Amino acid sequence: MKLTLRIWRQASPEAKGKMQKYVLDDVEPDMSFLEMLDVLNEKLVIDGKDPVSFDHDCREGICGSCGMVINGNAHGPQQYTTTCQLHMRHFDDGDTIDIEPWRARAFPVVKDLVVDRSALDEIIKSGGYISVNTGSAPEAHAIPVDKVSADDAFDAATCIGCGACVAACPNGSSMLFTAAKVTHLGLLPQGQPERQSRAVNMLTRQDELDFGGCTNVGACHEVCPKGIPLATIAQLNHDVLGATLTGARSD
Amino acid sequence: MSELQQEPTAVQGEGRYVLGDPIADTRAPDSPVADRWSDRKFSAKLVNPANRRKMSVLVVGTGLAGAAAAATLGEAGYHVKSFCYQDSPRRAHSIAAQGGINAAKNYRYDGDSVHRLFYDTVKGGDFRSRESNVHRLAEVSLNIIDQCVAQGVPFAREYSGLLDTRSFGGTQVSRTFYARGQTGQQLLLGAYQALERQVHAGTVEVHPRTEMLDLIVVDGKARGIVTRNLFTGAIDTHLADVVILCSGGYGNVYYLSTNAKGSNVTAAWRAHKRGALFANPCYTQIHPTCIPVSGEYQSKLTLMSESLRNDGRVWVPKERGDDRDPNSIPEDERDYYLERQYPSFGNLVPRDIASRAAKNMCDAEHGVGPGGLGVYLDFSDAIERLGRPAVEAKYGNLFEMYERITGDDPYEVPMRIYPAIHYTMGGLWVDYDLRSTIPGLFVGGEANFSDHGANRLGASALMQGLSDGYFVLPTTVADYLAAGPFDEVPQDHPAVQEAVDSTRARIDKLLSANGHRTVDSFHRELGQLVWDQCGMARSKEGLEKALDRIPSLREEFWRDVKIVGTGDGFNQSLEKANRVADFMELAELMCLDALHREESCGGHFRVEHQTEDGEAQRDDDNFSYVAAWEYTGDNQRPVLHKEDLEFSYVHPTQRSYK
Repeated sequence: MKLTLRIWRQASPEAKGKMQKYVLDDVEPDMSFLEMLDVLNEKLVIDGKDPVSFDHDCREGICGSCGMVINGNAHGPQQYTTTCQLHMRHFDDGDTIDIEPWRARAFPVVKDLVVDRSALDEIIKSGGYISVNTGSAPEAHAIPVDKVSADDAFDAATCIGCGACVAACPNGSSMLFTAAKVTHLGLLPQGQPERQSRAVNMLTRQDELDFGGCTNVGACHEVCPKGIPLATIAQLNHDVLGATLTGARSD
Repeated sequence: MSELQQEPTAVQGEGRYVLGDPIADTRAPDSPVADRWSDRKFSAKLVNPANRRKMSVLVVGTGLAGAAAAATLGEAGYHVKSFCYQDSPRRAHSIAAQGGINAAKNYRYDGDSVHRLFYDTVKGGDFRSRESNVHRLAEVSLNIIDQCVAQGVPFAREYSGLLDTRSFGGTQVSRTFYARGQTGQQLLLGAYQALERQVHAGTVEVHPRTEMLDLIVVDGKARGIVTRNLFTGAIDTHLADVVILCSGGYGNVYYLSTNAKGSNVTAAWRAHKRGALFANPCYTQIHPTCIPVSGEYQSKLTLMSESLRNDGRVWVPKERGDDRDPNSIPEDERDYYLERQYPSFGNLVPRDIASRAAKNMCDAEHGVGPGGLGVYLDFSDAIERLGRPAVEAKYGNLFEMYERITGDDPYEVPMRIYPAIHYTMGGLWVDYDLRSTIPGLFVGGEANFSDHGANRLGASALMQGLSDGYFVLPTTVADYLAAGPFDEVPQDHPAVQEAVDSTRARIDKLLSANGHRTVDSFHRELGQLVWDQCGMARSKEGLEKALDRIPSLREEFWRDVKIVGTGDGFNQSLEKANRVADFMELAELMCLDALHREESCGGHFRVEHQTEDGEAQRDDDNFSYVAAWEYTGDNQRPVLHKEDLEFSYVHPTQRSYK
């Protein structure tokens, strides 16, 4: 396959970036999207040019490192698929492909397609856990969890923290990310004691960072490679409302 | 073989290494095996809570072992700094583990017990692991499940609300706890959340995108690390009372592996060069169920969880070179070779055996797919027996992943699988306390060599990582710190300066080569060489060939590598080059270790040493030891220290899964 790539190149956080055109004429349909970029980078290095920087690690769709906006879609055209799991068989010979980094105020560009997503860790830090010290756990079967709650909690827990939801949101909001964690822990009996304070603290922290507010657009769910349900946001709002009634907050 | 060659000959590889003193003491208590961990915990010294915050701990790596250790030491009140090369600790490679985690809970009442898990693990490791460590692992497995459930890890459950389990290779009980096909992700997120909780509490400082490039040893003790900030390129030093490496395995020496692209041996290797012994580097694990290579551009291999072998049946066409559509091959023309050769374990034989059997089938030209490098893993019987929804519920995400990568639908067409490097049992040598041979340097998780012997059983890596991180290291590190805090090391100490200077010099040297070949092209060549000669089957001839080639490849690398850009800022080629440079050195030690070990055991299969039916043949009289290698200088012969293994509870036998 012959492809024309237009890739965002930006040398440093301060530098001005621009789209740069590259032509690749030996792309195989069985290549992954990142392997296609590897091929480009090998050529660039041999020519003495700076290769395109992009984040990636497991290349199995689970670590959440990779992420680029491909032809305007976070993670590209295939649903429930991270960039690393996207294969070139979904493109056609002669296509032009635009490749850009996540664009959100909370995710400053580091270089080319690499952005700084440490704001997501900040949200987890503010309460995305169950406070249990090592060694203090009761016997596992002392806490039965009905299967439906366990399965729903699992669906929310599959978030990989890639940030596609933020990139797709017109407001640059991380609501789906925050809601996924609030829902995962809030549906489990272990998570009940901190349920309301967790929701309030995480939402407050999200608002303090550079994320926008949620206006229920739903673009986040559309691009989410793990299909985190939009209902998690309702769950988050529910828990926050509960907290305003009880005044729960821990800080 | 001629008469002449059968005469007693010198040990293979002699002349390439020097035999040193044996390792006499592993510091395990001298009590019955079931009491050792309790005894050790009781004898471990404690640190007064008020003194803990004066003591500092560095933890390199944020996988299961690293994140769990950092979080737990933070909870105890120590001042902890945690480092990872990824942009967030949540992305460490433990996240990619799929199948599950073993624990001897015996919730199924199927005859499981701590002793049986201990027995299975020692046997599964082909009698090349330490009984003391393995027994502790089996004991602690119970606490791990409790801890993870309390953290909110969403393990699979039954309608009763109780935890579900499944069976895994190499065992006949159902003791594997799982969270769909994403167990590693869920366990790591539990540890990551515990870690972030400590960041919030102010006990842990996380340094993401920070790579350890050297160990600082002052007066014989590990006292700090040199790091490179991958954003800015800054070379920094971090000094502390104790250093813990949980930096993972070295499977990426093969270039193609199931490891994440960034997984590397650098932290462990640089510690080795500073004096820590490296044990059993030739023990590497080939996972039998990976997606086959599709082309030259292949950048990594993807594993399909071993749990698939619970319901999938492995087969090849009986006829050589049969390239018919698999669905059109009639039942009687299929060879379900695992079920045929191993009737009692069938498709659930341990990984090393399943991998080698696949290789043998492909070598005999029964392989399928491109290049004949693949065998079928077929779910049609399971779909018929259980119904598609049940299969979907169990393996849905794995099937989707397979389809995404290959374009084939495994509900309709059998999967094609082939073995790939997945895990490394070798690693830095540690004693019972997980101390390396450098005082103050502890090693946990895959980075150490301790618990799996020559072959790791499925679902045991997660168990070991969390055992080391949550339960073992916090106890033994505290015992070490009880003698502290140690004298402060000044920033301008000559040992600190020397470590910084040599790190800088190395980076400058890499950047100044300005040659003609990319880092990846060298890495691919190294990987192919090691895979061919030190992969699934090894021979004296092949290993000697590799040992002759690696030094010249290394020399070419340093002379001809091309890295664009500078060291002052974000430079992914430089990061890769730094890692590949260390793989180039490790590869030589791996091949030497494989050459000197004149037996087959677990993942180490020497073609010269096999039984009549092609199984690994151990030589317990001569090789029942851990080979711990000492670094003596670049291009100098390493020194071999042997730690004799004793088996008082599980008697070594020829492993049989027939």
